[in-house]
This record gives sequence, structure tokens and C-alpha cells, in this order.
Amino acid sequence: MNGPKILFNIPIFGGLPINETMVVSWLVMAVIILLAYLGTRKLERIPGKAQLVTEGYVSVVYSMVEQSMGKDKLGFAPYIGTLFAFSLFSSLSSLFGLRPPTADLNTTLGWALITFFLVQANGIRQKGLKGYLKGFMDPLPMLLPLNLISEISNPISLSFRHFGNIAGGMVITMLLYNFLAWLSSVVLGFIPFIDAIPLLQVGIPAVLSIYFDLFTSVLQAFIFCMLTMVFVAMAMD
Amino acid sequence: MERAIILAASAIGAGLAMIAGIGPGIGQGFAAGKGAEAVGRQPEAQSDIVRTMLLGAAVAESTGIYGLVIALLLLFANPLINLL
Repeated sequence: MNGPKILFNIPIFGGLPINETMVVSWLVMAVIILLAYLGTRKLERIPGKAQLVTEGYVSVVYSMVEQSMGKDKLGFAPYIGTLFAFSLFSSLSSLFGLRPPTADLNTTLGWALITFFLVQANGIRQKGLKGYLKGFMDPLPMLLPLNLISEISNPISLSFRHFGNIAGGMVITMLLYNFLAWLSSVVLGFIPFIDAIPLLQVGIPAVLSIYFDLFTSVLQAFIFCMLTMVFVAMAMD
Repeated sequence: MERAIILAASAIGAGLAMIAGIGPGIGQGFAAGKGAEAVGRQPEAQSDIVRTMLLGAAVAESTGIYGLVIALLLLFANPLINLL
């Protein structure tokens, strides 16, 4: 497995490398914007198919936010919905043979840092600076280092969980492809013309792909949003 | 020679790091078992139970993911080989 390929350089600040991760995430953003535009283009009283799907998604996100954060924090719903869509489409882009942006720690760490700053900022806004700082010495003042460590480990575990799941799936799929290439060269190697084509690679990896590409992508997007909501709601209550 | 020893030790270390997979396996199995129990007791609350169970399973998974990250580091971005 290699890291994301550098596709081209932008010649400012001595060359900004633009790699696969960024280009694929631009593609994902474009797809999401296009879908949002198509879904809300002609809003009518009796919704068409596209409007129905969009309305369903929005209402699911709002009910999820209401259930896990409470009615007073519905303002977070647009951010959570965007995060869920971005994470889901990023991970699902591996179905089209692209390198998923979430298999790069930079992407998930960025999202986790947004969550981290949301938690801190809303904690300060809700409790005031004094109450926020007091929260770190919650049961006893001598637990301050432990509270600090647990606060800092949140974004790390959040980002590594999402990254590890997607990247681990990528590594296992790659190992399976290499194994199937070897197997087909052993089993079918004696037939002329066919021995150059790894025929066993057809179809068999699709079974793994259902788990690693579809199930893991949906689950990790859901869990990332869920944990973001839980952390922010915990900091504000 | 030194390089070969480091490479061999890194490969063994990557394998050893994945022993961390035992913990999440036990934890997620426990969560799933309790979830099945809860659904059996209260089938009408299934969606809530499944959501809580998935969340708990994901949190239990993070130690295993740390092990996976160490293994990936040793295999693909080995920091030890640069110390020679």
C-alpha cells in the first residue's frame, strides 16, 4: 500500500503539493453540492422524487440531533448533516475505484479537530470561562492532568477510529487481491493466453467489498456524527 | 545485516501489535450479546438499543484501532529504519 499520489504542484510558497486525497474530496464536495441543488431546485407542495429523498434525509438528521442532543440544540443539525454526507460519500467513493479521502489521516483529523474546537467553544459559551476552567478540576483539583489527557485524547481516538477502519479495509482488500492473483497464476497458469489474466480476481472481492465499502462506510459516518453530537451535548449540559 | 534485523523485527512487531484485536473482539461480542438480550426483553425499543449498541461497539473498537495503526506504521512507514 502506498500513500496518496501527488498529482500536481501549485507553484506558490515554493510548491504546494496537491494529492489524490484532496482531488477526490473536491469531487465528493461537487457531487454533494450537485445533489443538494437537484434536490431543492423546484420545491413544490406535492414533492417529486428528488425532493422527497432530500426531505427524508433532512428530517432524519433533525430527529437524530433532537434525540441525542435535545430540542434546544437543533442549530447543530445542518453541520451534522453535512458532516454525515461528506463522510459517507468520501468513504463510498472507494466503490468507484477512487482512493477514499477518509483513508488519509489528514481528512479525519481535520474533522476531529473541528469537533474538538466545537466542544471547547460551546463549553466556554455555555458555562462561562470560569465555569469551563473549573470543569477540569471536577471532582478533585488533583485530577486536573487526567482530565486534560482525556480531553486531548478525544480528537485522537475519533480520527484514528475512522481512519483505521477505512485504511484497514483497504489493506485487507489489497492483500486479498494479491492473494487471488497468486492463486490464479498457480491454478490457471498452465493454460496459454489466460495465464496473464488474474481471472480469480473477478467477483470474489465483491463479497468483502460489501462489508468494507458499504457497511463500514455507513457505520463509521454514523458513529463519527453520533460521537460529535454526544461530546458537544456533554460539554454544554 | 542491521537493516535485515530491523525489517524482520518490524514484521514480527506488526504481527504482535495485532494481538490487540482480542480486546475489541471480546468487548464487541459482549455489547452485541447484551444488545440481543435487551431486544429480547423489549422488542419495541429495538432501534434505540441497536443505536446504543453500535455506539458502544465503536468505542470498544478504538483500542484495536490503535493496535492496527501501530501495525500499519511498522509495515508501511517504518520509523525505525531511519535510525540506522
